[in-house]
Amino acid sequence: MVTTLTDRDRAHRAAAAVTDPELPMLTLEDLGILREVRIEEDGTVAVWITPTYSGCPALAEMRVDVDRAVRAAGFAQVEVRTALSPAWSSDWITDEGRRKLSEHGISPPGQAPARTSGPVPLTLSPTRTVPRCPLCGGADTEELSRFGATSCKSLHRCRSCLEPFEHVKEI
Amino acid sequence: MSGDNIFTGLAEEHDGDARWAFGTGFTEALAGVDTTLPEGVDGEELARYCQMLGDDALVQAQRLSQWVTDAPELEEEVALANIALDLLGQARLLLARAGQADGTGRDEDDFAYRRDAAQFRNVRLTAAPRGDFARAITTLLVLSGWRLSLMSRLRESRDPVLAAIAAKAVNELAYHREYAVSWALRLGDGTEYSHERMAEAVAHVWPATGELFATHPVEARMAELGVGVDPATVAGEVHDVLAQVLTTATLGEPGPFPEPAVAGRKGDHGPELAPLLEEMQQVAREHPEASW
Repeated sequence: MVTTLTDRDRAHRAAAAVTDPELPMLTLEDLGILREVRIEEDGTVAVWITPTYSGCPALAEMRVDVDRAVRAAGFAQVEVRTALSPAWSSDWITDEGRRKLSEHGISPPGQAPARTSGPVPLTLSPTRTVPRCPLCGGADTEELSRFGATSCKSLHRCRSCLEPFEHVKEI
Repeated sequence: MSGDNIFTGLAEEHDGDARWAFGTGFTEALAGVDTTLPEGVDGEELARYCQMLGDDALVQAQRLSQWVTDAPELEEEVALANIALDLLGQARLLLARAGQADGTGRDEDDFAYRRDAAQFRNVRLTAAPRGDFARAITTLLVLSGWRLSLMSRLRESRDPVLAAIAAKAVNELAYHREYAVSWALRLGDGTEYSHERMAEAVAHVWPATGELFATHPVEARMAELGVGVDPATVAGEVHDVLAQVLTTATLGEPGPFPEPAVAGRKGDHGPELAPLLEEMQQVAREHPEASW
């Protein structure tokens, strides 16, 4: 089989359009977890995705969805592989992804903490992220819980419009 | 996903791989990862090392999960369940690595569900009975601080798989520790009663900390090869962190860690591990042909 740029592009497009089961407004590309799509010599489409959190249960679902989507695009052999390194960072969520999150009432992450090689410094009074309310745009918000319905989100409330909202955590 | 009704999804005809409920990637935590062994490293020994770190995470995750439906507030329940889930994810990767490295091809389920207590290699503190919320926070503070120090160093491992697992784990453990610290401060420097309960918890947990810094021969060997971390080397760093937290929490400067002695790492566990595993393994053992 002669692999052309077009085939690879088609495979990539199919994989990239798969959505996250927990954040269905985001595609794998928006989330920044689609690492690479390659067509190997025997025609197998190899897709690398990376887990957001070590225990993210959505990854298994996404693997199956990628496999199905690429097959539906006309490729008979598909292998979905895990890329562990470098570890996913919320900084990889694209601008488009951030826009979609806001649009759906979820506050996008700010900049992730810098990754240094030494011991992780102890913070006794952690600087809390104060995200803007994605619903009314208000800046006066409070954290209700650092842990939310999924590993990647925390729960907040806007003091202006009084609505609770979710925020994608910086990691 | 496309909003499929869950029942329709489950009832559909599948080729065995179409919905997670019928088993998809759950046995393939390391699918497609290059798992070549680093030069000069014995696969069986690497597997035993991975099993130690994996069992720590698995057993601690199981114990933490017991707070679900039983924490003081819903938010804390969600927090502890989230932390348990991260640890479970770390355990899956480490145990999958163990099964590949030793050439037995055992998968994560073989390790989690088909071993008895004496075959587990977790440190005893990970299995410590749940106790009250103050004990849970103290245990989490100690274990997350310890594991964070180990994993920070393990990022430099010569085994690229371990290094990658550690790099992810560090990001997670950093906020696990932060969560435990925030509660330790709030309870320790809170009311007279919460202070008392916290002080009791620290006094209760402290004797179990010595084991965390005891070096098993496998750990020594892996450290020598630049693959693993000798836990004795992180004792000072972990003690500094705990001293800062406990002092700020008005709980006083802690004494030195007790004399290190290997126990759980050689399969020598307290009586609390077997019932914990029995609960965790019950379904898998009663239905050996089941898949998920």
